[in-house]
Amino acid sequence: MITAIIIQIIQSLFLILLAPLLTGWVRQNRAWLNNKNGPGLLQPYYNLRKLLMKQPVLAENASFLFCAAPTLYFACMCTITAVVPVLSSQLPFTQAADVIVLVGIFALARMFLALAAMDVGTAFGFMGARREMFVGFLAEPALLIVLFNAAIISQSTSLSAIVIALAAQTTLNPGLAFAAVAFFLVLLAENARLPVDNPSTHLELTMIHEAMALEYSGRYLALIEWASALKLLNFFALGLAIFLPWGIPANHPVITVFFAGGLFILKIMIIGFGLALLETMTAKIRLFRVSEFLMGAFVLAILAILLQLWVGK
Amino acid sequence: MHFLPTIAAVFIYWLIVGLGGSVLIQFTARHLFSSIFFFSALGSLLLLVTACLALGQTSSHMIIPLGIPGYPFYCHLDALASFFLILLSATSLGTSLFSMDYFQDLSRREMGLLSLQYHLFLCSMLWVFIAADAYSFMLAWELMTLSSYFLIVGFKSDMQTRSAGFLYLLIAHAGALAILMSFALLLPGEMHLNFAAMQHTAITPVTANLVFMLALAGFGAKAGLLPLHVWLPEAHPAAPSPISALMSGVMLTTAIYGLIRVLFYMLPSVRSGWGMTLLGIGLLSALFGVIFAAMQTDMKRLLAYSSMENMGIIIAGLGLTVIFRHYGSAIAALALAASLLHCINHAFYKSLLFLGTGNVLHATGERNLGKLGGLIKSMPWVATLMLIAVLATSGLPPFNGFVSEWLLLQTFLAFPSVPAVELASVLALATAAFILTLALTAYVMVKLYGVIFLGQPRESQLTHAVDATFWERAGLLWLTAGCILLGLLPGLLLQPLLHLTTQLLHLPASTMTLQARYNPLIVSMVMLIAAAIITLLVRLFSPVKPRRSAAWNCAYPVKNARMQDTAEGFSQPIRHIFSLFLRIQTEIPGVADKMPHYHFNAEDRFWSALYLPLVRIASKCATAISKLQQGKISIYLTYSLATLIILLWWVL
Repeated sequence: MITAIIIQIIQSLFLILLAPLLTGWVRQNRAWLNNKNGPGLLQPYYNLRKLLMKQPVLAENASFLFCAAPTLYFACMCTITAVVPVLSSQLPFTQAADVIVLVGIFALARMFLALAAMDVGTAFGFMGARREMFVGFLAEPALLIVLFNAAIISQSTSLSAIVIALAAQTTLNPGLAFAAVAFFLVLLAENARLPVDNPSTHLELTMIHEAMALEYSGRYLALIEWASALKLLNFFALGLAIFLPWGIPANHPVITVFFAGGLFILKIMIIGFGLALLETMTAKIRLFRVSEFLMGAFVLAILAILLQLWVGK
Repeated sequence: MHFLPTIAAVFIYWLIVGLGGSVLIQFTARHLFSSIFFFSALGSLLLLVTACLALGQTSSHMIIPLGIPGYPFYCHLDALASFFLILLSATSLGTSLFSMDYFQDLSRREMGLLSLQYHLFLCSMLWVFIAADAYSFMLAWELMTLSSYFLIVGFKSDMQTRSAGFLYLLIAHAGALAILMSFALLLPGEMHLNFAAMQHTAITPVTANLVFMLALAGFGAKAGLLPLHVWLPEAHPAAPSPISALMSGVMLTTAIYGLIRVLFYMLPSVRSGWGMTLLGIGLLSALFGVIFAAMQTDMKRLLAYSSMENMGIIIAGLGLTVIFRHYGSAIAALALAASLLHCINHAFYKSLLFLGTGNVLHATGERNLGKLGGLIKSMPWVATLMLIAVLATSGLPPFNGFVSEWLLLQTFLAFPSVPAVELASVLALATAAFILTLALTAYVMVKLYGVIFLGQPRESQLTHAVDATFWERAGLLWLTAGCILLGLLPGLLLQPLLHLTTQLLHLPASTMTLQARYNPLIVSMVMLIAAAIITLLVRLFSPVKPRRSAAWNCAYPVKNARMQDTAEGFSQPIRHIFSLFLRIQTEIPGVADKMPHYHFNAEDRFWSALYLPLVRIASKCATAISKLQQGKISIYLTYSLATLIILLWWVL
């Protein structure tokens, strides 16, 4: 039990500290694909340090909600690092929180950020909040149905059980293939990636995530940027746990934990490159196409469940 | 121990407080009015304690020798009734405390009316839950409708309130008629009106179907299910806020109570077809309610539609119960327990929301979202407590709404265990619709909270809005505490509920274990610890004090409150997606318009498709019949003569 809790804490710290590196890796890959040198892998860490050192500027009418939201957002993302099996599939915290709780915490984080964006009362803030809630309203059901696909196979909504059951599967489940596509679409939308939102610009009328963080500066902005990087990593970890669960050890001698960590980084690097490649090749879609994009993901996820029902029986 | 006498005592106590209060306030100082509600809150407290104690006990009965000779009032108190009494007392405790300070600007006549009707309303709901025969149940049901009708129309005499009250009364009575007929079909040969006797009536499958349909129509009218929902968004905004809180939190759930009584207590067995009907109507109502809630610009109308959504969710849960019960699965007990838990969760957060809007209404005189904003500065108490209510309503951890929605999702997820694969597929689709509803709720709640409390005030007088007073805070705090407590320790109520539902559904008392667990205490603790560590670390590494300055807004120089989204603006994406299902009239000003005016109205299609034709038919019939009335005495004498001749012919 003690070892399990220690591994639990190590995993959370591992993910929290690794998150900016993933952002750096994706940006560096995008730069390389554009024939540019790129700022280097560690640039996000430098940015965070710079932001933490700077004096934050608050809007005159910002309330306590505005100041508390970044911390709460970050805390939500930290909690999720404890739910998704990365270094071990026997995390004690998965006994307290299952996939529904995971989606709930993502929604809670979104809610805090959207409310904080509306707090100052600028046109951009409201616009960002409205669009974020709109994307969330479509992405959240799709995500939950994708996770239910996995839950049906393992007959449990606990992520530990899901990872163990899916890692034991030897044949490719056709339903899961559909679900994987749906999950990837949701990942793009939830993390403000192309083609739904452009992570590398702001001051664009079509921005979503950046519009919400527009009034933030200094350490508040640092927390939001770090938490957003962590959100992307959490989504990667969740996707890997469900669709590529091989190599996550069920018991934990120390050596397997190291092995799992190394394997995780390797998987992340490959998928991060894939994300960069996709973002280089696609353009942003119109905002009202987003609903079709996400409805597509939702329908795919439902089809996956129906497929499991009809083929599985 | 026998708890029924105590509960009957609370009934009489409330009656005395209401009657005595309404008489005494005519002669005494006006500020004593708040003490009436203090006494009423004491009654709620006593009822709460008694009902909590009675929840784990065996059921008890009592016969009160009142009413028509030969038909005394039967009362009973089983676990189901105790649970609903907990719901009633907990909610009314909050509204009564809140009302102590809320109704200070009424005239004496209105105070008298309020005191009488408020307590009659409480008494009638209590009676509905303990009535054990059809006769007293219908009496209590009608008393509930009438007292709430007077509470809706008694304080404003404008046309809108009157017509809202009329619509409410009309649909409530149509519903009561359907309930009465379903009871009549269940009567055994001789006139035994008590429920226990009706339980053993042998009925044919056709009659059983008819009983189900009538009960669904009758109780559905009270719960605001599609297509009998139209009174809900009219009546709730018309009533004073504490009354809306009681109507939405408790009165709507009396319909759920009645439906459970008929389905699982009086009818001998259930069919999966009924389950599909309940599931379909429930989910449609929920989706319809939440989409219309997103469209609203009046905060109380928005909450009324949100109540409709929650009732839809609960009815869908009942549908799942019926389906799983039909297949003899133990999941049925969980589904019913989840639905009941959602009833009480809804009572807490929705009455909290309604009371909060009451505060906003008092402080600003404005119900229209387009004229509010920025109230978090001037009303920090209401804003903070409403934030918790909003999070709970959106079904977010670690608050109470999430618990019941988590449980309902778990029961939805049991669909692969249904033997018929077609039915399982339908359930899979239903799960998707259910999740879509839940996700849209968060959107609606962000809109409600953001437009009222956040941003800049849209009108200048909003900066002087006053916060809740002492007793108002007490009422709000009690309900907030319920939202948090039921969210963190759901087991307190869930264990007795599971026991109750297993017995009610005649399932074997198995120790059903879910494969997955949710421990709100640990989850919220981890979140709080994480937040504390982050705050500490940030203090350590970034000690610079923040500076205040004007909002940046992308360096765009013009910043005024009118550039914020209004409620209409915020719901625009949703309108865009669901435009097919809505009937929207928009009026967009032209470029050269000197006095630009934007107006939009999302109309309920049921009005034009169902109700207006009905009204037309009714008035046509009335015109046809009115030809009889000629106003000449000779013609009326001819009618009498004709009637007499026909009757004589009949008799001979």
